[in-house]
Amino acid sequence: MLARVAENIYWLARYLERAENTARLISVNANLLLDLQRGYELGWLPLVDITGSRHVFDAQKRRSDEREIVEFLLADAENPGSISASLNSARENARTLRDILPTEAWEILNEFFQEFTAQLPAGLNRRTRYEFLKRIVLVSQTLAGVLDGTMSRTDAYTFMLLGRNLERADMTSRIVDVRSAQILPAATSDLGPFQTIQWISVLRSLSGQHMYRQTRRARVSRVESLDFVLRDEEFPRSCLFCLRQIELCLRTLTRSSGVLDTLAGAHRFLSQASFAQLDQEGLHQLIDHLQVYLIGVHASIAQAYFPALPGNARSPMRQSQGQDGGSTLPLFADGH
Amino acid sequence: MRIDWTSYSAPGLHDELVGPGGGARVAGRALSRYLTELGGAEIGVRQQAAELAIKAMGITFTVYHEQGGSIDRSWPLDIIPRTIARKEWNRIEAGLRQRVAAINRFIDDIYHEQRIIADGLLPISIIASSRNFRPNCMGVSPPARCWAHICGSDLIRGADGTVYVLEDNLRVPSGVSYMIENRQVVKRVFPELFDSAVILPVDDYPAQLYDMLAALSPRPQDRPEVVVLTPGIYNSAYFEHAYLARQMGCELVEGRDLTVADDGCVYMQTTRGAQRVDVIYRRIDDDFLDPEAFRADSTLGVPGLMRAWAGGKVALANAPGAGVADDKLVYTYVPDMIRYYLDETPILPNVPSWRCGEPKELEHVLANLESLVVKPVDGSGGYGMLMGPMSSQRERAQFATQLKCAPRNFIAQPVITLSTVPTFVGDRLEPRHVDLRPFILSGPSTYVTTGGLTRVALRKGSLVVNSSQGGGSKDTWIVDTEG
Repeated sequence: MLARVAENIYWLARYLERAENTARLISVNANLLLDLQRGYELGWLPLVDITGSRHVFDAQKRRSDEREIVEFLLADAENPGSISASLNSARENARTLRDILPTEAWEILNEFFQEFTAQLPAGLNRRTRYEFLKRIVLVSQTLAGVLDGTMSRTDAYTFMLLGRNLERADMTSRIVDVRSAQILPAATSDLGPFQTIQWISVLRSLSGQHMYRQTRRARVSRVESLDFVLRDEEFPRSCLFCLRQIELCLRTLTRSSGVLDTLAGAHRFLSQASFAQLDQEGLHQLIDHLQVYLIGVHASIAQAYFPALPGNARSPMRQSQGQDGGSTLPLFADGH
Repeated sequence: MRIDWTSYSAPGLHDELVGPGGGARVAGRALSRYLTELGGAEIGVRQQAAELAIKAMGITFTVYHEQGGSIDRSWPLDIIPRTIARKEWNRIEAGLRQRVAAINRFIDDIYHEQRIIADGLLPISIIASSRNFRPNCMGVSPPARCWAHICGSDLIRGADGTVYVLEDNLRVPSGVSYMIENRQVVKRVFPELFDSAVILPVDDYPAQLYDMLAALSPRPQDRPEVVVLTPGIYNSAYFEHAYLARQMGCELVEGRDLTVADDGCVYMQTTRGAQRVDVIYRRIDDDFLDPEAFRADSTLGVPGLMRAWAGGKVALANAPGAGVADDKLVYTYVPDMIRYYLDETPILPNVPSWRCGEPKELEHVLANLESLVVKPVDGSGGYGMLMGPMSSQRERAQFATQLKCAPRNFIAQPVITLSTVPTFVGDRLEPRHVDLRPFILSGPSTYVTTGGLTRVALRKGSLVVNSSQGGGSKDTWIVDTEG
């Protein structure tokens, strides 16, 4: 297939996955805050860092309260990581792919974009927010189902899977990062019961609580949860699982040996990590490290398969992304 | 409430559904009965359903705004179909085939011997002053000596029932995807009608288009690589480019996806390396096609494409230079071309036209401006013309100055009062003016769409049907009343 089209379908999948996972991110934070004892909460600001959009947020001189931050993450057109911007970019990419995508996929995305825009006030209202976020996740899953169920297994499908899995690995790691930011002294024993509740929240935000119970048959603990969401071999939202999917995709393509090497590095890093001794800061660093590996995988995919273009000739659907976003790496969006 | 046809009247007009006595014409009888029973309120419900379907299906066209860039608008469809009897259509189809055959002979002649000029039927000045004549096409012989592979001719019907050809669009005519989508939508909202009446299908077009394009391949032995070349998502017809590529199962490429290599062939950059392209259905104007041959500032085209085409390494549809016949002045000679090249009598008449470049005719035009339509010869989309009867004294004076400065650039025609079709307005049916754009495919063989795209002027009394200027569209039914 055309290199340019491969790039567009890859980004379409990434933006969809990003919209879905940002919804999960907001959801998990809201749940965590409800479960936390007063006095321990850091509030909403960590989400701005975790999505790598601190510089945009600061430039807007917004207050850092719940209302403002949720609006920023959900609806802000200037925030390239917002759900609204992600859905818009997904739709713009899909528009260039109308000759490639199944008709139903375009119809669902197009209709949902209109619904999303019309229903935004419900998303900003605390009482209706949960349902609104749930709907985003559901539509994204529906779309994934339509694509899986109707697309031929050609390169187009492969690049869609590559985008989806890379973004999912990245966003799963960010969701774990919320947890590392929201909880203070890790070892403090009187937080024990809350710890469990909070890890359940993380699992639930990844739709993983049932799968966790089925395969781990253990009470939810910090180390087991981390191992499950980062390194489970069977759970489709775990980082390691996503890396394996990427590997399978790459093996169906030609000229993939360079990317496979980069991927192997990420894989090794994740397999060898030990969670037992990690404090919160250590966990945060581990996640940062993992994200650097993922950026490397993206860069080698882009180099191997996407058109090399002079700077300003890039297609308009790629969001430009500012540089440093505080302590966590920015969501990467540009092909370079 | 039942539709009361006695309150529907189109005095002095030819209505496509309702005949002079108030009864339905033969092709529209089933439709008319059906609408009568359905009633205004229910038709309104169906119209809304159609608009929702169009929104959900994402059938759009793009409108440019001076400030806001471009926006997507839902495609405007009025659900009341326009009906034509098959018998009448057969005659129109024969006329279109004849016309396009002559036009292709003409273009090929112009880029070779120019016999028609040597024989004195056409003054050389017409070619010399044509903006769409491309000297670098001289001597090139495309496959089957065919140049205008895809032609969209605009037909109108006057008050006396005569069908005229208004113009032939030979550069990058658009609208065919809407013809197909209109049918999809109308089938959804009026399923019952398709059971009772014999309405000929329209959805064969993409397959016909693919076969025609594939037949142009310079490597006929292999499975040819056919692509659709689009200027990109901001083009007003992008929806159609994507639609046709998908229907044909072809790649939709942009200029930057293609390169002309040292072997003179065209390649596209794919995830598995460079791949040769055999046939390009290009939806980019000549001007932007190849910065080496035409406009050097074009970023939409492919450097070297003209060389590849002239060398027979790739086929282009339509062929570069085909636009020489897409000039309203050349149009006035098409009936002569039919007689000259085919030795046949034209089946479909032109709208009577005055060539402003000829002094006597200019004199007549200047003296009768308030009753004529004056059009620029290379315009399209209804821009830059003077509608005499609706113009002010001042507009006419300004136009007269333009005419005297560059008479070659204009032709004039009488105002033809377009025929009407019942159109849903508010809660009732009212007559609105329509035209019809069928599409003709030419290659080793010829194909004409079953009907075409009917465009309708939604404003009362308006004759402007262009979608960029507030026009709508209708599904077009060729009805077999004998079968």
